[in-house]
Amino acid sequence: MRPVIPYVTAALLFGLGGYGVLRRRNAVLVLMAVELMLNAVNLILVTADTTAKAVLPHGGQVFALFVIVLAAAEIGVGLAIVLQLYRMRASVSVDAIPLAGHPPDESARAAARPGGAAPDHPHVSGDEPEGPR
Amino acid sequence: MNTTTLLGALLPFVPMTAGLAGLLLPPSSHTATGQDAIRRVAAILGVVGATGSLALAVALLVTVDGPAESSTTWIELGGLTVTLGVRLDGAASLIAVAVTTVAVAVQIYSIGYLRQGSPDEPDHRYPPYAAQVNLFTAAMLLVVVSGDLVMLLVGWEVMGLCSYLLIAHDRRLPEAPAAAMKAFLVTRVGDVGFLLGIALFGVSAGSFRIADVLAHEHSAATRTIACLLLLAGVAGKSAQFPLHTWLPDAMAGPTPISALIHAATMVAAGVYAVTRLWPLFEATPTALTVLGVMASVTLLLGALAATAQDDIKRVLAWSTVSQIGYLTGALAVGSPPAALFHLLTHAAFKALLFLAAGAVIHAVGTTLMSRMGGLRHSMPVTFWCTVIGLGALAGVPPLSGFWSKEGVLAAAEKAALHGDGAAPGSVGWLVWLAGLVGVAVTAWYATRLLLCTFFGTPRTPLAHPKDPAVGPWGTDRTPHDPPAVLRWPVLALAVPAALLGLLGFSNWFSRQLQPTPPAASDAMSDLMPPAGLIHLTPTVLLPLALLVVGAGLAWAGWRRGGGADPVVALGPLRSVFARAFRLDDLQRTVVVRPTVVLARTARAADERVVDGAVTGTGRAARSLGNGLDTLHRAALPRAAAAVLAGALLLGLAAALIGVTA
Amino acid sequence: MTAVDALLLALGAVAVGSALLVVATRHLVRAGLYLVVCLGAVAGMYLVLAAELVAWVQVLIYVGAVVVLLLFAVMLTRAPIGASDDLDRPGWPATLIGGGTGLGLAALLIDAYRWTTVQVPEAGTAERLGAQVFGSWVLPFEVLSVLLLSALVGAIVLSRPDIGTTRPARSSTGDGDEVPGERGRSR
Repeated sequence: MRPVIPYVTAALLFGLGGYGVLRRRNAVLVLMAVELMLNAVNLILVTADTTAKAVLPHGGQVFALFVIVLAAAEIGVGLAIVLQLYRMRASVSVDAIPLAGHPPDESARAAARPGGAAPDHPHVSGDEPEGPR
Repeated sequence: MNTTTLLGALLPFVPMTAGLAGLLLPPSSHTATGQDAIRRVAAILGVVGATGSLALAVALLVTVDGPAESSTTWIELGGLTVTLGVRLDGAASLIAVAVTTVAVAVQIYSIGYLRQGSPDEPDHRYPPYAAQVNLFTAAMLLVVVSGDLVMLLVGWEVMGLCSYLLIAHDRRLPEAPAAAMKAFLVTRVGDVGFLLGIALFGVSAGSFRIADVLAHEHSAATRTIACLLLLAGVAGKSAQFPLHTWLPDAMAGPTPISALIHAATMVAAGVYAVTRLWPLFEATPTALTVLGVMASVTLLLGALAATAQDDIKRVLAWSTVSQIGYLTGALAVGSPPAALFHLLTHAAFKALLFLAAGAVIHAVGTTLMSRMGGLRHSMPVTFWCTVIGLGALAGVPPLSGFWSKEGVLAAAEKAALHGDGAAPGSVGWLVWLAGLVGVAVTAWYATRLLLCTFFGTPRTPLAHPKDPAVGPWGTDRTPHDPPAVLRWPVLALAVPAALLGLLGFSNWFSRQLQPTPPAASDAMSDLMPPAGLIHLTPTVLLPLALLVVGAGLAWAGWRRGGGADPVVALGPLRSVFARAFRLDDLQRTVVVRPTVVLARTARAADERVVDGAVTGTGRAARSLGNGLDTLHRAALPRAAAAVLAGALLLGLAAALIGVTA
Repeated sequence: MTAVDALLLALGAVAVGSALLVVATRHLVRAGLYLVVCLGAVAGMYLVLAAELVAWVQVLIYVGAVVVLLLFAVMLTRAPIGASDDLDRPGWPATLIGGGTGLGLAALLIDAYRWTTVQVPEAGTAERLGAQVFGSWVLPFEVLSVLLLSALVGAIVLSRPDIGTTRPARSSTGDGDEVPGERGRSR
């Protein structure tokens, strides 16, 4: 078995994931690209198990398991954030999130006004003649 | 510490206490009676301070018997000692008597001169004035009795301060503050040289005590340089060329101040300092040559400028400049006793002239001679006192000025013809010839002053004085002799102006004026001038003849002009002399303007460069912070790109280092 | 070139190709499906590399849960059906950094391993891996379970409906850093 093959694959996957993080505008697609990067790392860990002699056997594979668990936790929280962002801004474009510059209250109120409420979550903002609470 | 030194130590102390107490008086009071009470207390303090010091000075004069000295160490500056002490000899006590006499006269005169006007007129601020005059007296006495060069310097500087304060006393005059500042700055320039000279001597001798400095063997270079530096201070304080420009402008101060400071005491302090350190100067022919040239130039400059002035006080101011030229000339030809003798007589007659001029100014309401005339009949007492004063100034026998000026001219003649004095013979010739010409010119302008002011047709004096420095006596139309409080000091000063010269015949007096020989000297003979102070040799006819020529020319010019100002005879030279050869303008162009430009540049550099660097650093730091803040506030895509780019670069760096290592 | 190598090469090509499509496609939903293909190929590579447990866990969790979640999110954020044009930001920093990273890593690894061969080790069965996890790695395992718990709680808290409305009693002024899920903080 030639380990250079899975190694190069992992390297290319990592590069593609980085490209995707920086290129994509949609937050969900960015998260997908992050998953690619994590998978590249996992692949390197598993291949390293074959090339390197670890003190603890199968150490690379155990690590890969842990990374998978972490990735799962991360995607859960990340998607919760993305959905909350969608609820507030009605868009999940990573471009549209400024970091300070103007007081956050105004911008939040200004962005939250135009009907960004998802239908399954009643908004507490008062000026919407929404359905029955 | 025996009686003499105790008296000497107390001498500056008494007026200083009175002056400080006077400064503590409240400046003004709301009620008229309160105002009167303050004035009374201030007047009492002023007169008592001056009289007390006069009594002490007379006592000192009686008890002093040969040089007396006493000192204690004050500060030890790592090898240099500064002492507090007194050094008393005959000259010091005589000058102390002269200073205190003029001070008493001025204090009494000022009570009337700075009289409070009508209730709606502001007070002339008499209380601080009297206190400052006392402080000034104390400072001058400190200079006179001081046995230590640093103490002398302290007194010197306090005198300069008091002069500044007193010239600017009347705040209603627009030119007074400028004149005070000019006086201060010009004398300051000289004082820098004075300080450096004292420092040089003190460091060279290891101590600032005058006796130590005189006894020490200084190197020739040190002595020359230090003496020349001291001469700068003398030129400043004594208004010699080229630092003479302040004295005529200082006439903006009240007339009693001009009498005290700018005629009798402060301007003589420089001469006195040279006589204190005379053995050092005697051994430095270079310094004496410079002094002689300075003296001759000043003598003629002052006399010629006095011929064309219209303001009576300015005539007297330029006359002072010229007469101090005689004093420094006497020093230059190696005769301190002659210089001190003329100093004493000059104090008497110049103070007399200033106080008499003050009376005239008050009676007429103006200081310009072109508006005066024919006061001989309405102000007889003042007239005769002025005659005595002007006669002494011109050198008319048997008034005091004649004897002392003779002494100076005789010393100069001896140095010129025999050339064995301390200074080279050429200096002697210079001083002698300048002195002789000066006699003629002095007689000319003295006669002119007398004629313009007291003779001729009486011009209508001003009913209401326009000059705010003038008191309110001109309210009635005819001028008259001043009231008693102003008249008696003038009369009192007329006595020594007339008779002081005859003291020159006294052996005791001549002995008092000899310079104190240094403690460790073995050659005594060269210090004694020949046969006392009075020289009645046939050469005395020469100045007498010149005096007659000068006075006669002035009188003839007056007669020919039918009572007009004889100055018109000068023709085109009149404006040149009136402007004192434009030296003032030269000073302004050469010194004042570049200094102002330099000051402005320094200020601009300080504001823009130094301050700019400081605020610019702050501004740069803040803008850098703002820039970093903007960078930091990157939105998610840019932040992600930065993180990943950073990681890439770190990885590259690690790989490269790993490869090269 | 043994059979193992050929298999690895094929699977690697599939993985890279589908990853390229994930990051380049203009269809949002198709990106998710291409991700499935990519992850599946990677699972295949794990199998070839004798990491059985990892491969099946990959399929279960990654393909089964993570991608499903991603697709759910795509749906819940009203993803447009069909091609959309504004999915991409400017390309040059991405190309530079992504390309630099990928190619740099590849160069590094090729330089390290060249065309050497290694023996495929013994299989990483569930029994063996379990012995390792509960033997040497039990502490990280426990920590991971706590982390999962906190992620769970965090995800629930983040999903509250009243995040994003300003509470008038709250006097906090906005500063840049915010803790996600803090109550009452507008935006």
